[in-house]
Amino acid sequence: MSAALLKHWQRAMDWRWLLPVLLAGGLVVAFAIPHFRLLNNYVQLVLICVGINIILATSLNLVNGYMGEFSLAHAGFMAVGAYSSALLSMKVLPVVTHPALFHLAVLAGGLVTALLGLLVALPSFKVRGDYLAIITLAFLMIVKSALENIDAVGGPRGISGIPRLTTLPWVFCWTAALVWLIRNFVYSSYGRGVLAIREDEIASDLMSVDTRRVKILAFMLSAFCAGIAGALFAHLLQFISPRVFDIVKTTEILIMVYLGGIASIGGSILGATLYTVLLELLRPSTVAALLSWLPAVVFNPLNEYFIRHLGMLRMIIMPLALVMVMLYWPRGILGMREFRGFIPLGDRWPPPAVRPRGADVA
Amino acid sequence: MTSASVYWLQQILNALQLGSIYALIALGYSLVYGILTMINFAHGDVFMVGGFLCFLAATLLGLPFVPTLLLTMTATAGLGVIIERMAYKPLRNAPRVSAIITALGVGLFLENLTLAFYPYPQHVPPLLLNVTWRLGGLALSSLQLIVISLSLTLMLVLDYVVRRTMVGLAMRAISWDKTYVPLMGVPVNLIISITFAIGAGLAGAAGTMYSLAYPVIDPYMGIMVGWKAFIAAVVGGIGTIRGAMIGAYILGGVEIIVVALLPSTYRDLVVFSLLLALIVIRPHGILGAPRAQKV
Amino acid sequence: MKKNLSRFLNLLVLLAAMALVGCGARAPKEETIKIGAIVELTGDMPAVGASSRNAAELAVGALNHAGGIVIAGKRYRVELVTEDNAAKPDQSAAAANKLITQDEVIAIIGPNASLGAIPAAEIAEANRTLLITPWSTNPKTTLDTASGKPKHYVFRACFTDPFEGRVLAGFITGKLGARRAAVLYDVASEAPKSQAELFRQTFERLGGNVVAFETYTTGDRDFSAQLTKIQSAKPDVVFLPAYYNDVGLIAQQARRQGIDGILIGSDAWSSPELVKLAQGAVEGAYFANHYSTDIATPVAREFIAAYQQKYGKIPDDVAALTYDSMGLLFQALKTASAPERQAVRDAMAAISGYPGVTGDIRFTPGSGDPVKSVVMMQVKGGQFAWVTNAAP
Repeated sequence: MSAALLKHWQRAMDWRWLLPVLLAGGLVVAFAIPHFRLLNNYVQLVLICVGINIILATSLNLVNGYMGEFSLAHAGFMAVGAYSSALLSMKVLPVVTHPALFHLAVLAGGLVTALLGLLVALPSFKVRGDYLAIITLAFLMIVKSALENIDAVGGPRGISGIPRLTTLPWVFCWTAALVWLIRNFVYSSYGRGVLAIREDEIASDLMSVDTRRVKILAFMLSAFCAGIAGALFAHLLQFISPRVFDIVKTTEILIMVYLGGIASIGGSILGATLYTVLLELLRPSTVAALLSWLPAVVFNPLNEYFIRHLGMLRMIIMPLALVMVMLYWPRGILGMREFRGFIPLGDRWPPPAVRPRGADVA
Repeated sequence: MTSASVYWLQQILNALQLGSIYALIALGYSLVYGILTMINFAHGDVFMVGGFLCFLAATLLGLPFVPTLLLTMTATAGLGVIIERMAYKPLRNAPRVSAIITALGVGLFLENLTLAFYPYPQHVPPLLLNVTWRLGGLALSSLQLIVISLSLTLMLVLDYVVRRTMVGLAMRAISWDKTYVPLMGVPVNLIISITFAIGAGLAGAAGTMYSLAYPVIDPYMGIMVGWKAFIAAVVGGIGTIRGAMIGAYILGGVEIIVVALLPSTYRDLVVFSLLLALIVIRPHGILGAPRAQKV
Repeated sequence: MKKNLSRFLNLLVLLAAMALVGCGARAPKEETIKIGAIVELTGDMPAVGASSRNAAELAVGALNHAGGIVIAGKRYRVELVTEDNAAKPDQSAAAANKLITQDEVIAIIGPNASLGAIPAAEIAEANRTLLITPWSTNPKTTLDTASGKPKHYVFRACFTDPFEGRVLAGFITGKLGARRAAVLYDVASEAPKSQAELFRQTFERLGGNVVAFETYTTGDRDFSAQLTKIQSAKPDVVFLPAYYNDVGLIAQQARRQGIDGILIGSDAWSSPELVKLAQGAVEGAYFANHYSTDIATPVAREFIAAYQQKYGKIPDDVAALTYDSMGLLFQALKTASAPERQAVRDAMAAISGYPGVTGDIRFTPGSGDPVKSVVMMQVKGGQFAWVTNAAP
């Protein structure tokens, strides 16, 4: 029975219009939710966070999963994007009167971060593996420390009062756009170069893969996306400070990536969604509300001994669960595998039943 | 003694103390990396657990210094072996990054477990009599001297073990080649466990001394110290023992000098920039030898 | 294989059903009104969060025991919804959002530390919900960043940093007659940094000389380098506006380095954990506080007795201020024209004299900052002893 189900699933995924329809539907839903208040603000906030985390996880997966490096600088990229876009939208651009300029600020934040990504890419020519990890870690600490020392950007106080311009439809658009960008990069010749570098850098260099250019592009794209995610984050929270972008934040993004699966865009989406939603669901007040229908005899002791301490318990259980997942799926849940809808038609296995006219269309 | 030289001598002592503690932790990273090419990110938290075990031994059991130190070292060594057996051994053939993430997970678990028991910072009772001698303006603390000398002793013992004993020979052999050495009758799993035990035991000793030198302990204290010791190990050349020691003292020295010369706000910035520069100039660290890659 | 699959599917359906039922079934047993509390239960300062939560629960429990609260002629039971912000700004903002939109609370108490209070205050202001912070002394919490004018919906129960800095500098130059001061503060933390800077401004204006102005970062343990610098500058007093967990280490290391000057602290010293962590090193030190058990009014004595009976320890200033915040909120609810957020806010702004545990609290029109005195304390024999009050 499951074999037939699988075949139907694959047939559905092979429909040419699948992704455009899904995107259009998603866009409609994303606009409808805030407009018709289908879900309350808190749930919308969670959805926006999921979107931002998807961007972060997918962009980190590009460097850590597809290219096989170990970059710890992602929170630093996020910080740079957040700060630059916040400063732009607060000091330079008249965002309040022209909300469309918000996207310019976000884009600018991404571009500034991309330049920084170039800086991080440079040491990666000579250095690989754990030494690159140190360099990226040092970079993260330097960004954080620099932001704490520059009083013009608020120092340790950070920037507050950033206009709240991130909304669900815009986050959906940016997430879809960046995931599409990364997916196209991965399945382009640059992307194949990235995979080649992961497998054997020396051999790929000999086989005329321009490793320098590929590494620069990969780091810059990863940083660009992280910067945009940071910009969206800043305009959501309305307050950023260096403390938010520390090694703990990088660790969270790493967990999302490795949990969902390395070298898998679908995996990053899964990991980001799972992590964000689970963390929110496991709040003591949420669990208490969900279980409030239980009779008081069962609920009260449960509340006293378990739910009240859920804040503490979930931080013990989540890392343990992560370790368990790693032991059973060392590459993550969807590691090295991909959601069929993202793979170009020509690369799919088994091949689609109906071939498009003309050459292999990606 | 001029006041300037007194000032600098004081700072040198501070640097030696800080460096000694970093060294003990950095050795754990280097040992594990040398033998498994794996970065054990839970190491900083093992250090933190060592500090808490020292606290427990001193308050619950009321033990004096030497039994506390031995008990803590033994307990953390055991913890290291348990972590290795349960979380790292199954992943020996998996991609390296999975082991790293598992290590991060184990670290988080240790932090939050300790937090669940001790949400408030705790004060460690002074087990060592801390006498301060004033020599012409210089404040010499007996605690500082004990920390420095004890750390150096432990490092010398480790160096002896690795260079002169059969166990050390086995460790060095396995770090060189893992496929053919077992065929020569070396019990790989046992040696790996011993390596973890030694590394964790040293971290436990570092935790004890740290919690006596800075008697306020909290579950998050291992994070920054762990990352800094890791950087020290890499700067010195990860995988080498002498390198870890040198890197740690350099890091301690740079930290103290930067604060002594510049406004303390720039400490992290300058330290990490210098380290970045060092790694870029000499990627394999000071004593690290680049392993030739066969194509 | 098939059996396992069907069992798994059954379990899934059951869980889904439970979840759906859980989502729907939230019918309250009687009319309840919800108050949100954001406290630091995990993170850097769990003692602060625990104190605050204890006091809040004490206040709500006492109120409900006495029959609840009457708003606009109708009786309500009060339900407290507590969220943890782990002493982090982004979690504060998320918690505020959740309480306002998901739990639909009528007002929020907390957060306590300024680094969490400022972002939460922004969210409350944007959502027109009353927020009262018990312990945040940073002036920015109640000020609108863009215009510099006071916010409309944010109040606090304590005095502010500028006032505290003035009082401390005045106390040091006046009562202690000190002329040379050294400062050591956490550069990465909001409250200590602003307190250090305000102290320096005021101290120098009063004719003093700040001989050393050193910094460290949150989480640092080793202050030997900074303390060596301070020691060579030979100050009369050392100002340490740090949270209680840092003071322990700094004070001990300072004494060991031979710094004999008097230590001065800010209101962040007020936790009873301080002496446990610092031991004898803070003996004789002075610090600013919000209330003192030595000069307790009858209202305060009643609160102290109730708190001690329920939790077994003497309440610290965070607890006292939280209790007062709850009291202010209850007062506002009672005098509000309707159980709506706007009405409650207007009622709060109109409070002209509330006899709180920490003194008489009244709000001046247009400002969310109350007019209050600073209580100077000294550490004597391991206990906190009252020295003097300083009124604005």
